[in-house]
Formats: sequence, C-alpha cells, structure tokens
Amino acid sequence: MFSLSGVSKSYDGQTVLPALDLTIDEGKVVVLVGPSGCGKSTLLRLLLGLIEPDSGTVEFRGQPMTGNIVPELRHQIGYVIQNGGLFPHLTARENVTLLASHLKWKPEQIESRVDELRELSHLPADALDRYPTQLSGGQQQRVALMRALMLDPTALLLDEPLGALDPLIRAELQKDLRDIFRSLGKTVVLVTHDIGEAAYLADEIILLRRGVIIQRGTISDLLHRPADPFVVEFISAQRNPLEEVTG
Amino acid sequence: MSLLTRCLAITLVSAVVTLPRTISAEETVSVRIGAKTFTESVVLAEVIAHLAESVGAETETVTLGGTPVVWKALLAGEIDCYVEYTGTLREEILQGVPLTDLPSMREHLADQGVLMSEPLGFNNTYALAISPQLAEKAPGLKTISDLREMSDLRYGFGNEFMDRGDGWPRLSATYGLPTVNGHGLNHDLAYRGLESGSIDVMDVYTTDAEIAHYDLTVLEDDLQFFPNYQAVLLLREEFAEQALEVSAQILRLEGIIDEPTMIGLNSRAKLDQVPESVVAADFVRSTFDIDAIAEVETRADRLLRFTREHLLLVGISVSLAILLAVPLGIVAAKRPRFGQVLLGIVGIVQTIPSLVLFVVLIPFLGVGPKPAIFALLLYSLLPVVRNTHAGLTNIPESLLESAAALGLRPAARMRLIELPLAARSILTGIKTAAVINIGTATLGGFINAGGYGEPIFAGIRLDRHDLLLEGAIPAALMALVAQGLFELAERWVIPPST
Repeated sequence: MFSLSGVSKSYDGQTVLPALDLTIDEGKVVVLVGPSGCGKSTLLRLLLGLIEPDSGTVEFRGQPMTGNIVPELRHQIGYVIQNGGLFPHLTARENVTLLASHLKWKPEQIESRVDELRELSHLPADALDRYPTQLSGGQQQRVALMRALMLDPTALLLDEPLGALDPLIRAELQKDLRDIFRSLGKTVVLVTHDIGEAAYLADEIILLRRGVIIQRGTISDLLHRPADPFVVEFISAQRNPLEEVTG
Repeated sequence: MSLLTRCLAITLVSAVVTLPRTISAEETVSVRIGAKTFTESVVLAEVIAHLAESVGAETETVTLGGTPVVWKALLAGEIDCYVEYTGTLREEILQGVPLTDLPSMREHLADQGVLMSEPLGFNNTYALAISPQLAEKAPGLKTISDLREMSDLRYGFGNEFMDRGDGWPRLSATYGLPTVNGHGLNHDLAYRGLESGSIDVMDVYTTDAEIAHYDLTVLEDDLQFFPNYQAVLLLREEFAEQALEVSAQILRLEGIIDEPTMIGLNSRAKLDQVPESVVAADFVRSTFDIDAIAEVETRADRLLRFTREHLLLVGISVSLAILLAVPLGIVAAKRPRFGQVLLGIVGIVQTIPSLVLFVVLIPFLGVGPKPAIFALLLYSLLPVVRNTHAGLTNIPESLLESAAALGLRPAARMRLIELPLAARSILTGIKTAAVINIGTATLGGFINAGGYGEPIFAGIRLDRHDLLLEGAIPAALMALVAQGLFELAERWVIPPST
C-alpha cells in the first residue's frame, strides 16, 4: 500500500529521518510509536504527501506521492489529527460532507453515507448540526473520523488522534477505534506515543527512535524478543505506576 | 451564495439604489461653467448659466476648489468657461511671463487655446475702507493720500495684509503713511471693530459684501498702488467656435458689472442668504430683460440628491476596492515578498493628501465624481488589502494542513476554507474603508463630485453653519448606519461560533 525507499528529511539542518526504507501492507493496522521527535509524525505527513522528502521516494499503491495527482491520491487516504482539525466555520455535518459536496456527490448519496458513518462512529444525531466549538473533544474526534472516512478511502492515517482526550473518553474511543478498524479492514497507520494504545490497536508495531526503525513486529515480539535495549527501556518507562504500587 | 458574493452584495446595495446621471444626446449646446468655491465666483457662474440658458443652452455649474483646479479643468475641457481675475492670471496662471497689459495677456492665453473677454467692469482688489463715523467726521477723506492729513487714526488690518510684502509695509512707504505697530486681525473681527468704532481704517476687498452692509467708504487708490484684479471671462477657444450664439450671449457681461453692483450681488447671497442662482436670475432679469427663473431645490430634494450622490461615490469606490483589494490581499498572503512590497505601496498611497490627488487626476479623469471615486478607491485599498492579508496569514497551520490533507486543490481550499476563515477580518477591512470613505468623500466638493461635500463647501464659502451641518450631520449619520449594517452583515456572513 505504502512504500518508502531511501527517504530522508531534515528541518533547518536538523535531520529528522536519515534514510528510511519502509513498506506497509494492505489491510494491516500499523502503529508507529516512539518518543517525541522520533519522526513518527513526519513519516505520516510524508505518506500523505503533505511534505516532500529531501531524497528518496514515497509511493502509494505504486504511484509516487508527488506532483499534480497528489490531491486525487489523497481522496483515497483518510487523515485524522490530534484535536480533529475541524473547520470552525462549518457544522459537523458540513465538515464531514465538504469534500463529497465539492466532488458533486448526489445529496441522497451524501446523506446515506453520513448516516452510515454516524452509526459506525457512535456520534449522537443532534451533534451533526453543531459547530465544532459546541462539541466535546471526543465528539470532535468522532466527527474528524467521519470526515476521514467519507469517501471510503483505502487507507486511514491517524496522528495522535486520542492525544488530547481525558482517560475515560480515551478508553471508550480506543475501543470504538479498534472495532472500526476491524470491521472496515482498511490499511491503517496510527501514530501514538502510548505503547499500551499501540498494543491494543495494532496488528504490527513500528518503534522509531531519531528517525530510525528500532524494531518492527507484534507486541509480543517487542515484549519477548526486543531487538535493542531501547525497546525494553521504552516499554518499561510506560508501565502503569499503579502496577508497581499494588504489585 | 459564496462569501465573496455576499460581501459584494452588501456594498453594492448602496450603489444600486442610485443610477448615474444621464447625459442627454440632443443637439442642444451644453455649457459647463466653472466656479471657485467663493460666493462671487459662484454668483457669476450662475449669471453666465442664466444667460446661456436664455439662448437654449443646457448648463451645469461646476464648483471647484481653488485657482489651479479651475484652470486645469478649463485646459482639460472639463469646463468651458469661468470668471478669472487679471491679477490672478498675472501672479499665478501666467507666472514668469512678463506681462504689461491686457493685450499681451490675451495673446499668451490664446497660445493655450483660451480666449479672454474684455473686463466685466469691476476690480476686486485690496482697498482701504473707513467707518461711516469717520466719513461723517472727515467728509474730505476720499483717497488714500488724504490719510496723510489725518492723525490719531486707529488702523486694523488683516494678518495677510500686515505680512505681505505688497501689503501694508509697502503701501505705507509708497503713500508716506505712519508705520502701524500692531498685530493682524481676523477679517470678520475687523469689520465688527469698525462697526463698534474701535478701529477707523481696515483693509477690504473692493467687492466684499460687508462694504454695503456696514456702509463703509472705500478710499480711492490715487497712486494706483494695488494691482488690478479686473474680472474677465475665460472661454475655451474650441467651445467659443462651436457655440457662437451662446458665447456671444455670455459675452454681453463685458463692462456691465461695476463694483457697487458686484457688492450688491455678493451681499444678497452672503448676508441675506438668498441662493446664488436666485441672486443671479434676478440680476439677469433686471439687467438684460431676460426671463430668467432660478430653480431652487427644497431642502428635502437637496438632501435626497446629496445622499444619492454620496452613496454612489462610496458604494462604487468600495465595491471596486473589494474586487481589486481582496485578490491583491490573497496574492500578498501567498507570496510574502511581493506582499511586503504591495503593503508598502498601498500604505504610501494612503498618505497622499486627497486634495493633491484630486488636482493630479484632473488631466486624466477630469473633475466630478470620476476622479473622486478613483481617489476613494485608492484610499480603500490599504484597509482591505491589509485585512485580507492578515485574515489569511492568521489561519492556524493545523487547519491549512487539514484542508490540504482532504485533497482539495489550492483554489478550492481558498474558496471553501481560507476565505471563509478570513471573512471576519476582511469584512472589518471593508467596513473601515466604507466608513473612512464616507468622511473622505465630502472632500469631493473640491472637484464638484457632488454628495455631502457640496453643502459643506457651500457652507464654508457662505460662512453659513446651517449649510455646513446639512452636509456634516448626514455624513456622520451615514457613517453610523454603515457601521451598523456591517455589524449585522458580520452576523449573517460569519457562523456563530468562530
């Protein structure tokens, strides 16, 4: 689905990705984890063509993610960011249907798709006609997810989608996300710094550190067959302090 | 309806309410008569208008601010004729040309395609005048030379006359009069001083309305110290050739108006507050036995016309500014280096004084509403360009990225996301431009642009506060209403929660 070869990227002389090779297969839920500044968000932006690599190539379904066709390629990729990135001048419904309307979908088609997605994402019906500022953080993320899925894309990219939510809502949304990923069977690339969340959602985890892949595998690979002392360090650093207190 | 259409609709509403003046395409001769913004000039222009109308011409009097504007308008063919003074021709218009007499002056004007009439009869120059009390006390006091015989006279001169080289300092030297230690007075105060008897002698213009009103005696300039300011008619040669009958008719004014007559006309207009066109019609009727009737607008008609003209000036200029400035603001936001240059340029344009701009524009756009609209358009650019630029550059990066991530192309992003998000800022810029323009448009009175500037300039030249307020109050109200309408529009254009 996605294929990166020899991709490097620096900002103001700071190398974020030295030279990355990565392939993401169709239908898998891949979670990118790593400490802050490890390059996981940069990687996600490269996949979507929001930024271009300094060197190397990014391909989506065999097509290079560059040039004039990028906007069309993006129609096959949904994207959700922390805090939703919803447009404040549009209602939730208008946010969700913006692109479909722009692409001249029929109103009935739009309406039935919105209904479908609202049920999938568990958004209360009355929330659809509110403006983003009138929605809770969790509802905003549900709307953002609906917007990302509107055109039924083949891939879904999520950048810390639950990062700004309080624990109860976060847990609820984690469960809903997992159900959605399983029921849709799409290729998903999700960025988080929370290894627990990664373990809960991922088919496959990629641990990044300073732009380099330290290990790629299932959570069980990372727990039982760490490829590097950093893997152990990263996982144990995120152990719930509660476990230690209660033993 | 898209955002841009809405914004446009708001400002166009005012423009659509009114329609531009239609110019008749009939075969009748039409004459545009110039006047400077002071009573005498306006009265004479109205006199010419009535004369021209008596032979079937259509007329328009065009009131313009100051000699350079009227002269440029004549050369540009914006007006066909006006009354000028030989002193002004010598000192300002033909400055640097050595001129000794009227024929040589006439020759120089002919070179520029302008015909000069014989003097109309009166000479509007400086003179010394004495109070009726003094005239009674000293019946022999007729000339300035006679002042030498008088002692203990109290002189009260205007600031300008005291300071000018060709004013009191040289006058007193020429006539051998005592030096006056003293300070200049305000002209109006000097008249009151003369009336109350606190001064005996003051400087006047020989056709001042107040000379008759206060019953002053003007002393003869027996040494011919003061320069001649003979009133003459200037005609565009081209016009005079095309409209022989009309030209002949208005040239009947030659030698007809002496000083007392002119003082009388000025006095009726300025002190008795009779509309200039009525004063002129009465004069034409009694002097030439022509059936001249002045059409006097009622106050309501006048206000309606001023309001219509003012809305047109502001509506058109702001609408054009939106069409021009919003795209410029977009380009400035997308091309930062060009943006800096552009913002600098529109900022500089803003600092050009409007009167300067009007004068500079005469050769290209003439006088009237056109140059005024153009100037107002230029002044509207800064607030609209700057607010469009600011509105677009202040959109959070995460929203721009979300729009790009959706797969919208740049033009669609601009239309669907960026412009709506910048709408509040853009609308504020348009509101600022509109409110500023409502005020600035009053200066259009300087170039006969119509609108509320017309009563304001009339109020200034006639020293009448009621006329001044007839323009100033509606202009202030219009600014308030505009402000209110834009605030309503904001609620309509901008969603409640952004």
